[in-house]
Amino acid sequence: MATVSVRQYHRGGFSFENCKRNALLEADINKLGFSSPAARKTGTTICGVVYKDGVVLGADTRATEGMVVADKNCSKIHYISPNVYCCGAGTAADTEMTTQIISSNLELHSLSTGRLPRVATANRMLKQMLFRYQGYIGAALVLGGVDSTGPQLYSIYPHGSTDKLPYVTMGSGSLAAMAVFEDRYKPNMEEEEAKRLVRDAIAAGIFNDLGSGSNIDLCVITKGKVDYLRPHDVANKKGVRTGNYRYKHGTTGVLTKAVTPLNLEVVEESVQTMDTS
Amino acid sequence: MDSFSQNPELTTSIMAVEFEGGVVIGADSRTTTGAYIANRVTDKLTPIHERIFCCRSGSAADTQAIADAVTYQLGFHSIELDEAPLVQTAASLFREMCYRYREELMAGIIVAGWDPRRGGQVYTVPVGGMMTRQPVSVGGSGSSYIYGYVDSNYRAGMSKEECLKFTAEALTLAMERDGSSGGVVRLAVVSEQGVERQVILGNQLPKFSTV
Repeated sequence: MATVSVRQYHRGGFSFENCKRNALLEADINKLGFSSPAARKTGTTICGVVYKDGVVLGADTRATEGMVVADKNCSKIHYISPNVYCCGAGTAADTEMTTQIISSNLELHSLSTGRLPRVATANRMLKQMLFRYQGYIGAALVLGGVDSTGPQLYSIYPHGSTDKLPYVTMGSGSLAAMAVFEDRYKPNMEEEEAKRLVRDAIAAGIFNDLGSGSNIDLCVITKGKVDYLRPHDVANKKGVRTGNYRYKHGTTGVLTKAVTPLNLEVVEESVQTMDTS
Repeated sequence: MDSFSQNPELTTSIMAVEFEGGVVIGADSRTTTGAYIANRVTDKLTPIHERIFCCRSGSAADTQAIADAVTYQLGFHSIELDEAPLVQTAASLFREMCYRYREELMAGIIVAGWDPRRGGQVYTVPVGGMMTRQPVSVGGSGSSYIYGYVDSNYRAGMSKEECLKFTAEALTLAMERDGSSGGVVRLAVVSEQGVERQVILGNQLPKFSTV
């Protein structure tokens, strides 16, 4: 008779195997007077929610270059059209350029149709482009807006699959943000409640994910109006220094002062006019 | 965790059954990126035409792109013909795409619908691009667990209600055993009268003694 065997290890999920060892190492290091190395951050938290009158998009504002914060206050909520905005996670250049290309094409399309662009159109354009590049464009997007068919929210993955949902999160902090959404999301929320929910979801990503940081940007899109709140919440204020290493003027006494002008001779002068025709 | 660099997959349980007058199709609702459930309420029953649906399994991006392309092609073809398209035509279009690009794609699709010429039909187009008509077809990662149940419980000539019960129970059993399937059960009945859709929520699923 075959025995039921349990796999020795499992991929994914947290592995608790090294916790006891880590605790012992931590204690040993502290005894010697050193501190264990700090964790490094790497990603993004973006999310969106559909509420009674429209959609609320949220994002953190940290851009990283390997182990260094490249931009402490970058903007991750991109303009697509007057009624459609898009948050981007993944490779910063990819999200920036992809959203700009689709924004441009959508404007031309809108002029051609004579109508305000629809969120579904932007979704189609984005997914077809990303699928064409088979996932090599690393852009994970949260697309939201309000059009003649109502408020809509889409999550778009780098390989080109999309999901139309009432609340979505993307990026390395997506699990932390989704935990907040799954707890407190309700259909047809009021604007203040929706803004608070998105703010809390991004904050969960900022503080719990080894990924996101700095401030929280919000974008509230309703029929005919867009509130781009940047920053909506400065979650991480830079600390005030308690001391100053600068010496006051006069600390060092001046004994003598000698001024020597440098006489420079003009050797050659040439003027080149620019062709501005 | 690099959750957004993994390709979202429809690791799925999907099923379609023919009956006199139409077809019953069903699917679970889970899309996974690795171990994370990216969408727990996915709709894998995608309309291709008024009375033709497809059940999607495999890569989410691939199946969405294929379904969009076939929807366009079938719509165009239907306008040219000035007539409702055949389910076999839709299945052939799927097969054509899935076979031609078989190296690049990962898509397991069940095409099911009703047309005036041959009534309710189910065609399966698994990974690789084969196409064959079957009275009942299952697909996705969860299908492995229910072949025995389906083979032993299917009878030709079941009524619409019996088919619905059969599909719901089979999918429930698959979702119970397959970790990559779960969420809710989405069902649809496609017949001459049109399409009736329903959702069975988690707590309303049929109960079995093994659960």
